[in-house]
Amino acid sequence: MKRFTGFAVGVLALCAIVLADNALLINGAGATFPYPIYSKWFDVYHTKNPNFQFNYQSVGSGAGIKQVTEGTVDFGATDGPMNDDQLKAFQDKHNGTGILHFPTVLGAAVPTYNVEGVSAPLNFTPDALAGIFLGKITKWNDPAIAGANKGVSLRATDIVVVHRSDGSGTSFIWTDYLSKVSEEWKSKVNKGTSVNWPVGLGGKGNEGVTGLIKQTPNSIGYVELIYAVQNNIPYGAVKNSSGNMVKADLASVSAAAAAAAKAMPDDFRVSITDAPGKNAYPISSFTWLLIPQKFQDTGKRDAIKGFLTWMLNEGQNSVEALTYAKLPKEVVEKEKKAISNIQ
Amino acid sequence: MGTSTTALKGAGPVTGSRSFIAKLRDGDEIARLITLVFAASVVLITAALVLELWVNSALPRQKFGLHFFATSVWDPIMDQYGALPFIYGTMVTSAVALLIAVPLGIGAAIFLAELAPPRVSDTLQFFIDLLAAVPSVIYGLLGVFIVVPIMRTMIYPALNKPFGYLPIFKGPSYGVGFMTAGIVLAIMVIPYIISVSREVLLSVPRDQREAALALGSTRWESTWKVVVPFAKTGIMGSIFLALARALGETMAVTMVIGNTPKIAASLFAPGYSIAAVIANEFTEATGDLYLQSLIALGLVLFLLTFVLNGLARILIVVTTQKGSEVGG
Repeated sequence: MKRFTGFAVGVLALCAIVLADNALLINGAGATFPYPIYSKWFDVYHTKNPNFQFNYQSVGSGAGIKQVTEGTVDFGATDGPMNDDQLKAFQDKHNGTGILHFPTVLGAAVPTYNVEGVSAPLNFTPDALAGIFLGKITKWNDPAIAGANKGVSLRATDIVVVHRSDGSGTSFIWTDYLSKVSEEWKSKVNKGTSVNWPVGLGGKGNEGVTGLIKQTPNSIGYVELIYAVQNNIPYGAVKNSSGNMVKADLASVSAAAAAAAKAMPDDFRVSITDAPGKNAYPISSFTWLLIPQKFQDTGKRDAIKGFLTWMLNEGQNSVEALTYAKLPKEVVEKEKKAISNIQ
Repeated sequence: MGTSTTALKGAGPVTGSRSFIAKLRDGDEIARLITLVFAASVVLITAALVLELWVNSALPRQKFGLHFFATSVWDPIMDQYGALPFIYGTMVTSAVALLIAVPLGIGAAIFLAELAPPRVSDTLQFFIDLLAAVPSVIYGLLGVFIVVPIMRTMIYPALNKPFGYLPIFKGPSYGVGFMTAGIVLAIMVIPYIISVSREVLLSVPRDQREAALALGSTRWESTWKVVVPFAKTGIMGSIFLALARALGETMAVTMVIGNTPKIAASLFAPGYSIAAVIANEFTEATGDLYLQSLIALGLVLFLLTFVLNGLARILIVVTTQKGSEVGG
C-alpha cells in the first residue's frame, strides 16, 4: 500500500509538471549584463500570469542579435544598439518588417585599479583614460593623471592596462565613451564589443579583469558598475562633460539617461556616453530588448506586449534592488507609446 | 608458432560454406556489421568536422587567402583578421609545457614502474589519476592565484637578472604570459604522461629485465638501456596525448596567458592561443567575416594537431628503425 501511495504521488507530480508546461513558451536570448534582472522579471511575471513562460538565455549581445535575426528565438537583447547593417539584415530576412529596440534598464562601466601605496579614490579625466588605454600615458605620475588627483602621492611606476578579452557589452560602453572623448581613439580603435586593443592584458569576464587587477600591481581596467558594487571593488570617478568629477552610482547613471531622454530618437537607439548634465556619469548606457515588429503567432505577440507594459510600470520598481538604474519617466512614457507598433 | 596457427584455423568460422542469412542468424555477421559501423563512424565524424569547418570558413579564405596565416592584426572593427599570433601562442605554450612535462613525467613513470615498491606505486598512481580528472578551470584558478604571483615575484627576477640579455627572458613581467601558461599546461599534462608511460613500462616482459640483469648490468642500466627503449613507442604515445591536450586546452590557458594577440620573443610577455580566442570571442562575433575567421582558426587548430601528430608518428618510425639497426 505504501508503495502504491508513493507511485500515485509520483504520477501526480509528473502531471503537475506537464500541466505547468502548458504555459505559452516565449524564448529569448542575448546580453549577459541584464540577465539577473531579466530572470527576476520573467520569474515574477510568470507567477502573476501562469499562462506565459519566458525563457531567456544569456548568451551575449552578439549571439542575441544573430539568433533573433535568424528567427530561432522570439526576442533578443543587447547592450549595444543594432547598427544599420544589422537592421537591414533583419529586414531582408523578414520580408521588410523591422525590429524594435526597447530600453529596459541602465548600466555603467567604471574604472578600477590597483596602485601601490594609493588608497584614496582616484579621479580620471577623459584625456587620462584615453591616453592610458591608447598606451600613450605609461606612468602613474603622468601630469594627466596627477593633475586631477592633487594630494595623492603617485609614483613613476609603469601602468598595466587590463581589458576584457571576451566580447562584451561592457567593452562596447567603454570604447563608445573613449571614441567620443578622443579623436585618436575613434580613428585608431573605434567602438565595439571586441576591439583591437592598443595595449594591455585581457581578462575573461568581469571576474577575470578583477582577478588580473588584484594580481598585478599598478594596473587599471574597467568593470560593470553592478559587479563593482556587489563585490566591493573600489573604483574611480570620471570627469563628465560639464567638468564635474562624478562617481558612478544609481543616481548619476539615471541622470545621464535623463539628460539624453529629451533628445531620445523614435527608435530608442541612442548612446548616452559623455551625456550632458551636471551630475551625469559619462560612461553609462541603456540595455535593450529587441522585439520583432511583426509576429505570426498572435499569442506570443500579446504576451510580449503584456510583459513590456508590466516591465515599464511595476517592473521598474524592482530594478534598484539589483543595483540597476531605473529608466527616466520620459523614456518610460515614450516606450509605452511605442508598444503599439508591435503587430 | 605452428601450433597456434592451426588452432586458429580450427576455431575460425568456416567461410563460404554458409549463406549470408545463416551467418546473420548466427550473429557473427551482425556483430561484424555493427562494429564496422561504429568504427566507420569515427572516420565519418572526423570527415564531417573538417568539412563543416572548411565550408563555414569560406569568407576569410576568399578575402585573406594565405595572408590569414601571415598577418598578425586581429581587429573586429576594421574586419582585419590574421591568425599568426594565435598560432605562435599555441605552439610556444605547448612547447614550454612539453619541455617541462616530458622529463618530469617520464622520470616519475620510471620511478613508479621500476623502482618504487608496488604499494607506494599504486598509492601514488591513485593520486595521479585524480589529478588527470581535475577540471581545467580548477587548474586555471591554481594558475591565477598561485603560479602568477610566484612567476612575477620569484621566477621572473631569478631568470631576468642573470639572463635578461637573452631575448626569451627580456622585458617586463606581468605574471601572466607564455611561460605561465606553459607551466600550468605542464602541470595539467604530466598526469597523462605518467599514467600511460607507467602502464607501458609495467607491460615490458619480465624476461627482458632479467636478461639484462643476467648479463651483468646494474638495475639502472637495465631500466635505461633495455626497458625504456622497449617501451619507447608507448612513451611517445603518452607524449602525443599530452601534446594534443596542451594544444587544445582553452579555459586554463585563457586565464593565465594574458589574452593579447601579439608575437613577442620573451616568454614573460602576454600572448594568446587559438582555443582561447575562439572561446572568448565566439559568442559576441556578429559579422559574418568575423565569425568565419574564428571558425577558420578552429580549422587551423585542427590542422596543427593533425600535422604535429603526423610528424610525431614519422619520428617514431624513424627512431624505431634506427634503434633496430643499432640492435641488429
